[in-house]
Amino acid sequence: MHQEEPPLTIIQRRPGLLPALLVTFALSAAACGNDDTTTDAGDGTPAGNGASGAELTGTVNIDGSSTVGPLTEVAAELFMRDNPGVRVTVAISGTSGGFQKFCSGETDGNNASRSIKESEIEQCESNGIAYDNVQVANDALSIVVNRENPVECLTVEQANQIWDEGSQVRTWGDIDGLDLPADARSESLTLYGPGTDSGTFDFFTEAINGEEGRIRTDYIDIGEDDHAAVVAVQGDVWAMGYIPYSYVQEAGDDVKALQIDDGNGCVDATLENVQAGTYTPLGRPLFLYASDRALERPEVVAFFEFFIENQAEIAEIAGFVPMNDDQVEQARAKVQALRS
Amino acid sequence: MTDAAYPVRTERTRLAVAGARATTRSIVGDSERSGRFGNLLFVAMLLLGVGTALVALSAIIVWAYVTGRPLLSTDLLTNYPSTVNPRAAGYRPAILGTVYVISGVVALIVPLGVGAAVYLEEYADGTKWWNRLIELNIQNLAGVPSIVFGILGLAFIVRGPISLGFVAAAGSLTLALLVLPTVILASREAIRAVPSSIRHGSLALGATQWQTVSRQVLPAALPGILTGVILAVARAIGEAAPLLLVGAVTFVTFDPRFFDGGYSVLPVQIFQYAGRPQEDFRILAAAGVLVLLLVLLVINATAIWLRHRYEREW
Repeated sequence: MHQEEPPLTIIQRRPGLLPALLVTFALSAAACGNDDTTTDAGDGTPAGNGASGAELTGTVNIDGSSTVGPLTEVAAELFMRDNPGVRVTVAISGTSGGFQKFCSGETDGNNASRSIKESEIEQCESNGIAYDNVQVANDALSIVVNRENPVECLTVEQANQIWDEGSQVRTWGDIDGLDLPADARSESLTLYGPGTDSGTFDFFTEAINGEEGRIRTDYIDIGEDDHAAVVAVQGDVWAMGYIPYSYVQEAGDDVKALQIDDGNGCVDATLENVQAGTYTPLGRPLFLYASDRALERPEVVAFFEFFIENQAEIAEIAGFVPMNDDQVEQARAKVQALRS
Repeated sequence: MTDAAYPVRTERTRLAVAGARATTRSIVGDSERSGRFGNLLFVAMLLLGVGTALVALSAIIVWAYVTGRPLLSTDLLTNYPSTVNPRAAGYRPAILGTVYVISGVVALIVPLGVGAAVYLEEYADGTKWWNRLIELNIQNLAGVPSIVFGILGLAFIVRGPISLGFVAAAGSLTLALLVLPTVILASREAIRAVPSSIRHGSLALGATQWQTVSRQVLPAALPGILTGVILAVARAIGEAAPLLLVGAVTFVTFDPRFFDGGYSVLPVQIFQYAGRPQEDFRILAAAGVLVLLLVLLVINATAIWLRHRYEREW
């Protein structure tokens, strides 16, 4: 009868429990985050780009593809250095989500890694918006093998057979219709691919396997460092990997970029073929859709012109393949045509 | 129910507890040892619960700190984003955008949420079917996925009847709708926990119902209401999906305004950076997680301070 105290102490403690927990949370968070001493960011000075003679003002709102987004961000950043009076914003709600806004007249340009679809065309038309696909860069990647490997060309079907979800290809001989010496047929195939977060992964799986993210799971994940694939393939005669085109150029003769056959014969992975649009499906143009309505504003015109004139530098910073002179000329003409 | 809110222990309650305990023991049987074991087990389970929460939280913080360490500096708070040079990039517009959007959310959910709770607890007749329907709806709304509110915001707030456009105010309004049920539910619990003797006393002294609610019930319920607001803000501050739909952009290099121009918020920016292939952006994303936690901490600390100020005992 004298041991009645314990239950009461629990009741006694309860009112303080929640605040105590919150304080614990606060302390643990503060202890680990105390490198940043202040939260108030309001007292910094605005990034006053001291450039003078900028008569342009206004805003340019771009939305769309997550592939093209970073490219347009680079363009916007460089553009605003020269034109501090203009505010360019870049949103990334995907090519489709971006077209929704673009065809409602809510954005001034839409980043797109594919051409506009029928349903989106209808939406644009019903809102009286004339548009065109202004190309701003090329995106390309290559399938690479060791220099000792006898294979020179793969069809899209063969690539799909190798890389598709649930693929049964284990040795080089398992690949249908590949002309190989007998001793090579029994060699097992080692596959290297980038991590699922990379744009290269998205593009490759969509181009070869028809759906973004669709791929066999038993390949060696080299993470985000595309150069690791070059090193791996260089050291293994029977390996295969895929890397962005900029790395292919950098790697030079270290590895062999395979030709790709999309039904029209084998096409070399050269800059010319990428720019000419014949290196399909592993080469594709990247667009910034423009509308006649937005191009009535001088700041939008200036932004498009800046983007096209400086496309080589912008593409290089963002890691894409620049356009050739024909493509630049075409892009210029499309902007001009929309203005008149 | 009222007794639970009454921490006062008189000799009478002490005796009552002792009596009740003795009765229980006489029915269940005297099992001092198993009782102690049960006690231990219970405490162990409580600690497991707290521990899991703390471990998860510290895992995030440690990961973010280790990954984001190379870029941790005050530049992160004061610089504008840069894609050309991500190493010098900062979250300034996103921090300001988050603060604007969350301030808007708080300004909306406190009056609306508390108003709804006061109506449901103090004025509404709980036996009427329409009031029950409202209650049921609010409870269900708390479980609706946030993207649905984003679609709603895009159709009715950004475009449609309200037509605010893609501005921070539209983000505030959308997120306010999203977290309103949380605030209403928490406020109702808080109001219900105010002892009815307080109301009766006030009414007996001649106060009107409004005077009773505004001068007695609400001040007494304030700590509980603030807890609800803290939870709501914590949820709102981490939302990216609905804001992507109502116009939060990823690249803004100017300070946002509430009713005009593009804005960004921290979760949207972090989400975008985390998915980019370049290593620098991933480091930036991890550092951004710490910035987001810091902003949340400051906002919550304010609310907790307020709550302690108004906490009172009877």
